[in-house]
Amino acid sequence: MFAYLAKRVIQAIAVMFVISLIAFAIQGNLGDPLRELVGQSVSEEVRQQLRDELGLNDSFVTQYLRFAGNALQGDLGTSYFFKEPALDVILKKLPATLELVFGATLIIVGLSVPLGVYTAIKPNSILSRIIMGLSIIGISIPVFLTAILMIFVFSVEYGWLPSYGRGDTVQVWGYWQTNFATADGWLHIILPSIALASIMLPLFVRLIRAEMMEVLQSEYVKYAKAKGINPWRIYFVHALKNTLLPVITVGGVQIGTMVAYTILTETVFQWPGMGFMFLEAVNRVDTPLIVAYLIVVGFIFVVTNTIVDLVYGLVNPTVNIARMGA
Amino acid sequence: MSLLSVRDLTVKFAMRDETVTALNGISFDLAKGERLGIVGESGAGKSITGFSLMNLLSRPGYIDNGQILFDGEDVVQMNDKRLRTLRGNRMAMIFQDPMVTLNPVLTIGQQMVETLLAHRKLSREEARQIAIVKLREVYIPSPEERLEQYPHELSGGMRQRIIIAIALLLDPQLIIADEPTTALDVTIQADIMELMLELCQSNQVGLILITHDLGVVSQMTERTLVMYAGRIIEAGRTREIINDPQHPYTQGLINALPQQTVPGQRLKQIPGNMPGLTSIPTGCAFNPRCKYATDLCRSRVPDIVQYGEVAVACHEVQRLNSDEDRQEARA
Amino acid sequence: MSTETLSPKSEPSRWSKAWNSNMGYSFRRNPVAVVSMIIFLLIAVAAFLAPVIAPYDPYDPAQMDIMNSEYPPVWVNGALPEFMLGTDDQGRDLWSTILYGTRLSLLIGICAVALQAFLGISIGLVAGYVGGRLDSLLMRLADIQLSFSTLMVAIIFLAVTQAMFGTDTFNRYAVVFLIAVIGVAEWPQYARTVRATVLAEKKKEYVDSARVLGFGPMRIMVRHILPNSLSPIFVISTVQVANAIISEASLSFLGLGMPPSQPSLGSLISSGFDYIFSGSWWITAIPGVVLVVLVLVINLLGDWMRDVLNPKLYKG
Repeated sequence: MFAYLAKRVIQAIAVMFVISLIAFAIQGNLGDPLRELVGQSVSEEVRQQLRDELGLNDSFVTQYLRFAGNALQGDLGTSYFFKEPALDVILKKLPATLELVFGATLIIVGLSVPLGVYTAIKPNSILSRIIMGLSIIGISIPVFLTAILMIFVFSVEYGWLPSYGRGDTVQVWGYWQTNFATADGWLHIILPSIALASIMLPLFVRLIRAEMMEVLQSEYVKYAKAKGINPWRIYFVHALKNTLLPVITVGGVQIGTMVAYTILTETVFQWPGMGFMFLEAVNRVDTPLIVAYLIVVGFIFVVTNTIVDLVYGLVNPTVNIARMGA
Repeated sequence: MSLLSVRDLTVKFAMRDETVTALNGISFDLAKGERLGIVGESGAGKSITGFSLMNLLSRPGYIDNGQILFDGEDVVQMNDKRLRTLRGNRMAMIFQDPMVTLNPVLTIGQQMVETLLAHRKLSREEARQIAIVKLREVYIPSPEERLEQYPHELSGGMRQRIIIAIALLLDPQLIIADEPTTALDVTIQADIMELMLELCQSNQVGLILITHDLGVVSQMTERTLVMYAGRIIEAGRTREIINDPQHPYTQGLINALPQQTVPGQRLKQIPGNMPGLTSIPTGCAFNPRCKYATDLCRSRVPDIVQYGEVAVACHEVQRLNSDEDRQEARA
Repeated sequence: MSTETLSPKSEPSRWSKAWNSNMGYSFRRNPVAVVSMIIFLLIAVAAFLAPVIAPYDPYDPAQMDIMNSEYPPVWVNGALPEFMLGTDDQGRDLWSTILYGTRLSLLIGICAVALQAFLGISIGLVAGYVGGRLDSLLMRLADIQLSFSTLMVAIIFLAVTQAMFGTDTFNRYAVVFLIAVIGVAEWPQYARTVRATVLAEKKKEYVDSARVLGFGPMRIMVRHILPNSLSPIFVISTVQVANAIISEASLSFLGLGMPPSQPSLGSLISSGFDYIFSGSWWITAIPGVVLVVLVLVINLLGDWMRDVLNPKLYKG
C-alpha cells in the first residue's frame, strides 16, 4: 500500500513541477511587471535599478526557486486588476465553480448508471433506442450551444428560470458561499448544471452501456446464470461491479474535462466562478491571475487523478496495492 | 424412469442471412447416477448440447424443436423462474476454463454463498459452513482462508476444484462438465478427473462429460455418444465403442490415438476437416472424408439404428464389418 | 486497343468489390449510415466550394454594410430577399458566412486530426516496436497527457499565446494555432491503440520472417504492422474529427479561436449570442444547427463504422 501510494505521490509531484515550470515561463514572458508597477514614463536607469531590486536580473534558477518558494507558501503574486493576492481572488471564486461541478456530477452519476445499465440489458427495446439516439445527439451538441439553447427556451421564451449569475447565496464557511441554501440559489444552478452535464452524461451512458454489454457476454456471467442466480443480482453485482472499473478510469479523466467545460458554461451563464474569472484575466492580461489559475487548476487535476488511481486500486481486487509499486 | 430424456432436440443459430442448424434431432437418455460421455471434434455440437440441457443458449442460438425431459419435466417449456430453480440446484455445470469462469471482483466465499442463498433459505453463516464442508470434499487446504480470497489469487487447478465444489453445493442430480480439464496443465488434468469420478460415484450424481479426449471418456464414463456435425453418429456402452467402434468416423478417432500407433510412425489422422455448420454436405455429413462412401451416402442421411451392441448411423455398416480393409486398419 | 478494353472494366470492378464487401453490404443495409454519408458529403462539398457558391464574400469589408445588419431569414417578416438566411450583426450575408465558416471548421478539424494521427501513430509504432524503457516513458507521458483535458490545455495555451502576441498577430495565425494545439493534445489516443497492435503483431511469425529476410524496422512497421491497426485508426479518426470540430467551435466561442472578421461556426455563434436577447435568434441558431448536424452525421458514421469493423480499441 505504502509503496503504491508513494509512487503515485512522486508522479504527482513531478507533474506539479512541470506545471510550475510552465507557469514560471509564462510569468516571465507575459506582460511587463515594471509597466504594471510604475508605468512607461520612467528613465532607463531607474528601470534597471528596479529590475535589480525585483530580482529580475538574477539567474533563471534563482528566479524559479524564488517563484516556487513563494508558491509553496501560497504566494502566487498580486492580481494587477483586483490589487489582491491572486490566490485569494481564485479561492473566492472556487466555491462557485465547485458547486457547479458538484451539481453536474450529481446529474451525471444519478442518471448515467441506470440509463447505461438499462440500455445494456434491453438493447432492442424502444426506450433504449430513444436513449441511445438522444445520447448521440447529446455528444454532438457543444456545451455552449446547449447552454444557449436552454437560456433561449427557459429564460427568454418562457421565463421560467434565471439565465445568469448565482442568485441568492449564503455564506457557509470562509470564502464559501453556497447556492444550495435558498430556493433562488437552487433555481440559478439548475440550468448551468444541466448544461455542464449535457455532454458528459451521454458519454457516460454510452460508456457504461458498452462495457456492460461486453461484461454480460463474459463466461462468468454465463456461469452465474448456470448457478441459478437472480438476474438482478447478476446485473447489479456480477456485471456492474466489473463494468465500473474502466468507468472509474475514464471518469477520472473526465473530471479534468469538466473543469475545462466550466469555463464555457460559466461564460454563457456569467457564473461568477474561476473559469469566467480566467477569461476576464486573459482579456486584461492579468499575468499573476493567469499563472495562479494555471497552478490551481493543475493542482486540482493532479489531485483528482491521483485519488482516482488510488480508488481504482482499492476497488479492483486484481490490482494488489500491497504488492504494487515494487 | 430415466433421469434425463432428450428427444429430437434441434438447435438453430439465426445468422445475418440464414439460419444454420447446429444440432439436428438429437435423442438420448441418462439413468440416475449414470455417467455419459459426449465425444467429437470442436464444432460438432457437444457444448451446444450441454448448454441446451440447461436451456442456457445465448443469442443467436435457440432451441427450435424437441424435448428435454428432466425428472419428467420439459426443460424447453420451463419459464425463467422455474429454470432458475433447476440451474445450479438440481443440475449443475462445470465450465471449460476456470480462469474466466469465476467472477474476478467477487471473493470465492461470496460466489459460493450466493449460490446457496439462491436456492435455500439459509443464514449467511450456515451457507458459509456448507461451503467450507464442500471445499474440504474437493481437498482444498484451509478452506476458511480460501473463502476470503479472490479468484486471481488461486491457481487454475485450485479454481477448477472450487468450481467442482460449487457444482456439488446443492447436491444436484446431474452435473454437466464441458471440457473441464482442457484449459489445465496435463499434470493436473488427471487429478481433477479422478476427483470428479470419485465424487460422482460417492454422491450418486449423474455426469455428462463433454470432451474430445477418448482416453478420458473410457476412464470416466459408462456410456458414450459420438457426435459429428450436429448429429449423434454412434452411441452405446463406452467399452463397446472403444473396443469395437462401428462408424468409420469413430474408428478413425480411435486409430488416431497415439496408443494405437507404433512409435516412430505417423499418427493415423482422418483426412480432411469437419465441415462448418453453413456447409454441411448432403447425405451423410462424413461422406467426403469417408473411404467407404457410396452414392447412397452422398444423397441420404443415415438413420441411427441398433447394430450389435451399439447404435450407429451409417449406411455401409454391414459391408464395413465384412470388409477386409477394416481388419487391416485394426491390425 | 487492349488497354482501352481493359481499363473501363477494371474501374467498375474495384467499385463493385468495395460495394459488395462486408462494409459495403452493411452500409447499404443501414439507412442511418447512408443518410449521414449523404448529408456529410453535401455539407463538405458546399463548404469546399464556398467561394463558388456563396453570393457574397464575407471576408471583403466592401461588401458589408452595417445598415444591412440583423435582417432575419426570408421566411420571417421583415426580411430582404437577397439575404436568404438573413444577415449577422455586421451586415454580412449569413448564408455566405456560414459556407465559409463551415469550410474553416472542417479544415481545422481534419488537419488537426491528421496531425494527431501522424504524431500518435509514429509514437505508438516506436513505443511498441522498441519497447523497454522508452516504451514505458512514452506511455507514462501519454497517461499524463490524457489526464489533462485537451480543451483545458488548448484554452490555456491559446489564452497565453493571445496575451503574448497581442490580438492582431494572434488572429492572423489563429488557424495554425488551433490546428497545432488540437493536433498535439490528442496524440495518446492513437499512440495507445497503435502500440497495442504492434505488441500483438510483433509476436507473430510473419514479423519474424520479415526480420529474417532482412527487412529494416521501418519497413516492417509501415508495411506489415501498420495495416493491422487500420480499422481502429479509422474509427478513432472519425470520432476525433467530430471532437476536433467541437473543440474548435468551443475555443472560437470563448474568443480564443477564429476572430469575428474571419469567423468559423463557433465564432459566428458567439457573435450572435449577444443578440439573442434582442430577438435576433438566427445569427446563433442557424450556424448552431449546421454545426450540430455536421458533428452528428460524423458521429453517426463513426458509430456505424465501430459496429462494422468492431476493432479492439484501447481502453484506459
